[in-house]
Amino acid sequence: MICTAGIDVGSTYAKALILNENGVILGHALNNTGFKLAEVAGEVYQRALKNVGLVRSEISYVVATGFGRHMVSFSDTQVTDLTASARGAAFFFPGTRTILDVGGQTMKATRIDGSARVKSFRLNDKCAAGTGAFLEKTARYMGYQTMEIGPLVATSKRQVAISGVCAVFAESEVINQLSVGSAPADIMHGAIASLVDRSVQLMKRVQLEPEFTLIGGILRFEAMARVVREQLKAEVNVPPENLVQFVGALGAAILAQRRLQKLNQPGRDGSTAAEVGKSN
Amino acid sequence: MAYAAGVDVGSTQTKAVVIDEAKHIVGRELMDTGANVIVAAEQAFAEALKSANVREEEVEYVVGTGYGRYRVTFGKTQVTEISCHGRGAVHMFSGTRTVLDMGGQDTKAIRVRPTGEIVDFCMNDKCAAGTGRFLGAASSALDIPLDQLGPTALRAERPVHISTTCTVFAESEVLSWLGKGKKIEDILQGVHQSIAARSIGLLRRVGVEEQITFTGGVARNIGMIEALQKGLNAKLNVSEDSHFMGALGAALFALDHVLVGRAPTAGRPS
Repeated sequence: MICTAGIDVGSTYAKALILNENGVILGHALNNTGFKLAEVAGEVYQRALKNVGLVRSEISYVVATGFGRHMVSFSDTQVTDLTASARGAAFFFPGTRTILDVGGQTMKATRIDGSARVKSFRLNDKCAAGTGAFLEKTARYMGYQTMEIGPLVATSKRQVAISGVCAVFAESEVINQLSVGSAPADIMHGAIASLVDRSVQLMKRVQLEPEFTLIGGILRFEAMARVVREQLKAEVNVPPENLVQFVGALGAAILAQRRLQKLNQPGRDGSTAAEVGKSN
Repeated sequence: MAYAAGVDVGSTQTKAVVIDEAKHIVGRELMDTGANVIVAAEQAFAEALKSANVREEEVEYVVGTGYGRYRVTFGKTQVTEISCHGRGAVHMFSGTRTVLDMGGQDTKAIRVRPTGEIVDFCMNDKCAAGTGRFLGAASSALDIPLDQLGPTALRAERPVHISTTCTVFAESEVLSWLGKGKKIEDILQGVHQSIAARSIGLLRRVGVEEQITFTGGVARNIGMIEALQKGLNAKLNVSEDSHFMGALGAALFALDHVLVGRAPTAGRPS
């Protein structure tokens, strides 16, 4: 059995995923990224291998992605997170044409074609107001941890208007709302709605072609997909909850399988090798 | 002797100043604003009176300024902090034509006439990048007291370049530089340069005209003064009382009222 690995070193979490040649996900692992990127990549890879009972020599090809991809010393090649996420999203939902990826420190909207190739994209990586960091900060100002955001929002009955222009200024907004008696759940709900406003703007700029697939750590909060659905007035795909953070790593592992096929069958499917190569 | 007072309720700190008829500061107080804005204003005023050895009845007029100016319940009028910083800066340094006010959550560039009237101003109202807030974040991330940030930064030999714009991301960038083994002074110098660069951008938008007076709480930071002077290639006026400049301006507007019986210029947008 030929196995490959995808390592996605994101701004907040590092993810590793092991895939076999039949496209079966054997296992995965996740670590906080911290700031020692090279070490965390090795650690998360080791944990994923342990989860599936394999050792490094049994993995035929490793593709790294994410902002820290160049720090993954053991990878055979690197691809951008956009290329990897496109593959991963199309794996779950082949009809995907627009991907929204909301991570800890970035928000990305990507338009892809029927072969999961990136046609156009827009990023927000300059301002925390459009990213998971905004929700984390908002939660923290009210004394909640990131993992409590989901259950908290589930209890919300209405949403409080949060302007969401700046993750730092959100603190005074949150304090004002709490002082006039707004419920933390409703404030959190408002923060998600303001994040979704920004997401929809970004998706419009890549043309809003259905189907829509939402990925990234923020999709762990069920409210996020619901609010996007309401604002787009369209159905949205969300990968299984336990894999929603692993779409980039999965895409990288898929690209690793394709690269191997190409290496083993010289002269065929040239486009695939070129595609893997160009994203470096 | 008649007295007038100004109370500047800022996002982070509340300042109160008492002046006499000769426009000399006779009492001052600075304290954290905290959650209760009304109490902060009252306490700062009471402490300023105590330090001036002046009774409340002797103060004929009080003007409130700052974002919490409408919570200065004992204030007779409110004036925006833009007007007050302009007025205070021109009073302290009569050649002032441009004021840079750097506070806890906002940075303002103000161009003034020789009379202290406002010609134009520009502020960061949508984003905390380039405000004192970032210094607070660096202080807690690096575990260095606020008043040591500037002196530490001045020891830098090879400053790092802070590439992120957002204050939230810059916090993680500071930690990642630390993880890469960079010296604290080099990181801090990078932080100061990054804030200075954004402030200078703001100043250019109103047009920089000398002399430039630097006000607000961050003006106590020697590292920021140096970074701005280097970036602007100009010397800045900085007063020992720079963080009281808004309150002083408010007190001067109050004194106008005492002396001439005319209401202070109010109602400029802030």
